Amino acid sequence: MTNIERHNYDVVVIGAGGAGLRAAIEARLAGKRTAIISKSLFGKAHTVMAEGGAAAAMGNANAGDNWMVHFRDTMRGGKFLNNFRMAELHATEAPERIWELETYGALFDRTSDGKISQRNFGGHEYPRLAHVGDRTGLELIRTLQQKIVSLQQEDFAATGNYESRLRVFAETTITELFVENGRIAGCFGYYRESGEFVLFETPSIVLATGGVGKSYKVTSNSWEYTGDGHALAMRAGATLINMEFLQFHPTGMVWPPSVKGILVTESVRGDGGVLKNSEGKRFMFDYVPDVFRKQYAETEEEADRWYTDPDNNRRPPELLPRDEVARAINSEVKAGRGTPAGGIYLDIASRRSPEFILKRLPSMHHQFKELADVDITASPMEVGPTCHYVMGGVEVDPDTAAAAVPGLFAAGEVSGGMHGSNRLGGNSLSDLLVFGKRAGEYAARHADEAVKRAKVSAAALNAAVETALAPLGRGEGGENPYTLHSELQQVMNDLVGIIRRRSELEESLGRLADLKERVKKVGVAGGRRYNPGWHLALDLRNMLAVSECTAKAALEREESRGGHTREDFPKMDPNWRRVNLVCSLRDEDVRLERKPLPKMRPELMQLFDRAELSKYLTDEELAEFDELAGKADA
Amino acid sequence: MTTTATRPAGQRPRAAIAAKTLRTDRWWLAPLLTVSLLTLWVAYATVRAFMQKWYWVDDYHYLTPFYSPCVSTGCVPESAEFGRFLPNWPIIPFAAVTLPFLLLFRLTCYYYRRAYYRSFWASPPACAVPDGHKSYSGETRFPLIFQNAHRYFFYAAILISIINTWDAIVAFHGKGGGFGFGLGNLVLLGNVVMLWAYTLSCHSCRHIVGGRLKHFSKHPVRYRAWGFVSKLNAKHMQLAWITLGTLMLTDAYVMAVSAGWISDLRFFH
Amino acid sequence: MGEKRNFRVWRGDDSSGQLQDFQVEVNEGEVVLDIIHRLQATQAPDLAVRWNCKAGKCGSCSMEINGKPRLGCMTRMSTFEPTETVTVTPLRTFPVIRDLVTDVSFNYQKARELPAFAPPAGVAPGEYRMQQVDVERSQEFRKCIECFLCQNVCHVIRDHEENKPAFAGPRFFIRAAELDMHPLDARTDRKDMAVEEQGIGYCNITKCCTEVCPEHIKITDNAIIPMKERAVDRRYDPIAWLGSKIFRRDQLDRPAGYATTAVASRPNAGTTSSPAEHAAAAGAQGDISMNWHREAAVGHAAPVGPDGKLPVTEFTGELAGAQSPFGDDVAFPMAVQDITYQHPTKPDEH
Ligand SMILES: Cc1cc2nc3c(=O)[nH]c(=O)nc-3n(C[C@H](O)[C@H](O)[C@H](O)COP(=O)(O)OP(=O)(O)OC[C@H]3O[C@@H](n4cnc5c(N)ncnc54)[C@H](O)[C@@H]3O)c2cc1C
Ligand code: SF4
Ligand code: SF4
Ligand code: FES
Ligand code: FES
Repeated sequence: MTNIERHNYDVVVIGAGGAGLRAAIEARLAGKRTAIISKSLFGKAHTVMAEGGAAAAMGNANAGDNWMVHFRDTMRGGKFLNNFRMAELHATEAPERIWELETYGALFDRTSDGKISQRNFGGHEYPRLAHVGDRTGLELIRTLQQKIVSLQQEDFAATGNYESRLRVFAETTITELFVENGRIAGCFGYYRESGEFVLFETPSIVLATGGVGKSYKVTSNSWEYTGDGHALAMRAGATLINMEFLQFHPTGMVWPPSVKGILVTESVRGDGGVLKNSEGKRFMFDYVPDVFRKQYAETEEEADRWYTDPDNNRRPPELLPRDEVARAINSEVKAGRGTPAGGIYLDIASRRSPEFILKRLPSMHHQFKELADVDITASPMEVGPTCHYVMGGVEVDPDTAAAAVPGLFAAGEVSGGMHGSNRLGGNSLSDLLVFGKRAGEYAARHADEAVKRAKVSAAALNAAVETALAPLGRGEGGENPYTLHSELQQVMNDLVGIIRRRSELEESLGRLADLKERVKKVGVAGGRRYNPGWHLALDLRNMLAVSECTAKAALEREESRGGHTREDFPKMDPNWRRVNLVCSLRDEDVRLERKPLPKMRPELMQLFDRAELSKYLTDEELAEFDELAGKADA
Repeated sequence: MTTTATRPAGQRPRAAIAAKTLRTDRWWLAPLLTVSLLTLWVAYATVRAFMQKWYWVDDYHYLTPFYSPCVSTGCVPESAEFGRFLPNWPIIPFAAVTLPFLLLFRLTCYYYRRAYYRSFWASPPACAVPDGHKSYSGETRFPLIFQNAHRYFFYAAILISIINTWDAIVAFHGKGGGFGFGLGNLVLLGNVVMLWAYTLSCHSCRHIVGGRLKHFSKHPVRYRAWGFVSKLNAKHMQLAWITLGTLMLTDAYVMAVSAGWISDLRFFH
Repeated sequence: MGEKRNFRVWRGDDSSGQLQDFQVEVNEGEVVLDIIHRLQATQAPDLAVRWNCKAGKCGSCSMEINGKPRLGCMTRMSTFEPTETVTVTPLRTFPVIRDLVTDVSFNYQKARELPAFAPPAGVAPGEYRMQQVDVERSQEFRKCIECFLCQNVCHVIRDHEENKPAFAGPRFFIRAAELDMHPLDARTDRKDMAVEEQGIGYCNITKCCTEVCPEHIKITDNAIIPMKERAVDRRYDPIAWLGSKIFRRDQLDRPAGYATTAVASRPNAGTTSSPAEHAAAAGAQGDISMNWHREAAVGHAAPVGPDGKLPVTEFTGELAGAQSPFGDDVAFPMAVQDITYQHPTKPDEH
């Protein structure tokens, strides 16, 4: 107890990805003493991996673009399950947030008139993604990192201490949030480097811990994505929504094995790449769902014309939203038309010149060359679905990003609702900025309002220390964390994967319950200093809690929508659209509740065609819409 | 219980690895080659610079670059296109006006610096191989701070390249006057082309031509020039070695013809 | 299934360590990081290694493989002979934490010392207009994934710990070049800073940084040499130099605020002296067993409020607790090697 390092901050941001950094900047600009905590080094968070770009309706590439179109695309992509208010805020504020980055020093690719260039991406009606080659995430995080440094320099000029108002705790993992009297009081964690414990006392915590992909075997996500934020929030008493919706990126590398899961950016398709099965057939034309029939080309000729003349032709079906593409690939592979490694071919080599590919996809080319010794200008890639993004997350208030527990805020991938049942490519990076800013702003405001700050009780602190030390205490005699982890991944991959069935989901719940018991007995050898086995042992608990939510919610939702596909309920059901599944924790047990979706405001509703709405809404809702429309006409 | 931020800063040790380097490839090969080749070349050039003969082929007006411009009173009058004013002493090379600049141009050249720092100074001999020096101050102090004067030697080198070009032009000389053309001309010409390529690919040149600009878009012509120099610049190392070769070859050829060891192959006159 | 291969991995911490031999399975298409992970999962669960993306994008997994600084996730096993023993060690230039993990905070400290992008006055967000040809040069440098391999390989600090205070390293030379070439950056003194604050003069352009950069940034050709040339424009151009001597232009040229933010307010100027001073000191003190050039913590300046006064209570101060007379960053007891003090009675024991 005596050796626990204590810090006092106005705002503590957990996570140093795009959302966390943006929140911290905002909190610091509001004059709050702010701490940023990250499991990895500063500037290495998962956001660096984002490639394609950040969606914002700036209208630089096509003047027809505006926030309403973006809003429509987002809702359509999320199959109308999105929290409409979040989608609205996101669409309206994204351009400002992107422009702001330029004042921090970001250098996006430019159009010929000197504005930010925007590129095509699946699901977006207009070219909309601000980008820098194919390393947009890196640019974003580096820019925010450098903005933080510049704020620290200002503080240094003012106080002689770089860290007087804004401090980064790199390689520090938070394992517990403290709630006293129903409000956030602080959080607890350890320095990975030394294994020493650290306690932060604070009235406001912003969760920005990213996603959960590490529970899956084939994933584009790194070790950071163990769902810590999701689990922390639940344990603190907050709720998660939409956990059944996971995005499987349609094109992750499946061969060679060492790079399994690493993504092939969608821009390969945007720039002319096509998907072919082992028979050499361009199969996507067979998989255009009725909802999209109107917007997508029906013949290869028309599709090919689109690249040069998008105004008069419909888009190639390779650019359908991700879930459609993932599902199509899955069906092809299951039908025995896949590659030996269980994927399909993504071919750009035979369709574009090597110079074009090098110019447009430099780091893709670099990555394949260096990692796999494959030359994408010469041969097709072998790709297949990869767990990529979790749409579900902490249930928050759209405007303030506040979770159910006063003082707790969430932004970025860890928050839920914004993307509905499926996220459009590029919407995440702008989501980080828009809601990161909001979370920071309201967290700062909350810190102001919290006049009397709650103290962390000694008992809670002791319990946190004990939990953290338990695996070390059991030593090598306990369960091996690496084995448990791979078993968990196997369960999730096989039973709660991209295509789901009742029987499998039920089985998964049993297996997860077993694992949960075994995780309680996990033990590791070695000391506290940078001991990866210990770190994993502590993360397992979070992964399990989150996996259980996903499995339970997936079993409950008896329809297929976006990132949730039930083989036994292959159709979208308008009645299910009105329901969110909400997870919470009671004594280690995951509970699931149904909650109605907030109702979209009429003027937003009227942005859509009736024909389109009719695919998503119940008759009852449609009648309401007609009534509205009638009123508007009259 | 510490309330303020930092853990003790102090210096912490590096990993205790006994081996000085764990590189398993033949990292010593490159510095070894550089030392051998440069030594060889310098030896040859020194001998030739002080030899004071076999630098001029009177029949065809071939002048070796090592003696250009020939400005000593000891020069053959026809070879001295730019006057003769230096005293004819054995310790003063006939081209003593330009040789120091050429030497300094190459000595301060960013590529040669890299080459000889690595090979002669072993600073470092190869990447991730310790340099073994007790202390190191790089180019921050006298005398190495003068490496920054490279740009001025570059200007000189441009002038000298013009002189070499002139030499190559007047060498189109037939036996007994009038136009002539032989293998020696090709050698001289090839050398001059390479010298220009090397000189223009200089990093200082790249900077002066356009690299110093902040807005390329406002200076389209200089941007194109910069693009051209940048392309050459990427080959600067190769050009540095090629020109050492062509210089030596040209000189050896002129020497051989001048000494009568071989006779020039004439295509015309 | 794959075959067994020989691996030697450095294991240890800041007190000691040694190379340890392992026999481990290697499959087709794997990279060194995969093998390290297999070691973790099967033979050495507490083997410390830093990694994140496993795709060469985050720059976490920097290590030295067969003596060469590389990214573990970008070094394919197929580049080695099947019989070859692969030796993996932590970065040498930075203090080791444990096994393959080193303390790279040096780099974050250097990052802070370089003034950030200065937005142009009077240009609103959304009004930034830049041409692609103008941003391309800087974009090359923004590809940097901060793996710090270049910092690690640079002999200026790799072989000369004492140069660390005065030398920012290649990563930050490209950052300086990036900002100096940024079409809208408002600062004009970056060339001087490269020389005075960053110690670009220490670099002898031997190009090891370029050789190891996994992003293939032409660090030396496109950043360091152009920055040196730009500095020549300002500092070694005889005409400009003469002018500056006569008119003291070197001082007039600096934008207001530079002197106060970067130099004057640096409280303990002694530890971060200019390269020239520093080099002189290093030269005079050849024997560094006393470690005169240690990176001691820079103390805080007094945290005065806007009224120029110290806060009276800790509640209004920036830091909780009373101000320490030694600076709030100094923790006691100090480590022995940090003390600039030689015991008078034991002259020959160091
Ligand atoms: C390969 C790939 C490509 C992508 N491409 C795109 C794209 O083109 N466009 C797009 O919009 N989106 C893309 N995405 C999605 C997007 O990158 C992520 O959703 C987004 O970066 C998430 O950001 P974040 O700020 O929420 O979290 P992250 O950037 O993941 O940061 C999480 C942070 O939380 C920290 N953390 C986690 N747990 C703890 C803990 N317990 N204690 C302390 N700290 C903790 C981590 O260390 C990290 O700093 C892509 C994702 C991947 C994987
Ligand atoms: S070129 Fe300069 S900065 Fe790069 S490694 Fe060599 S000395 Fe260091
Ligand atoms: S410049 Fe290259 S080597 Fe240096 S840190 Fe950046 S990516 Fe790594
Ligand atoms: S001649 Fe080599 S850099 Fe100038
Ligand atoms: S793990 Fe990210 S670069 Fe290797």
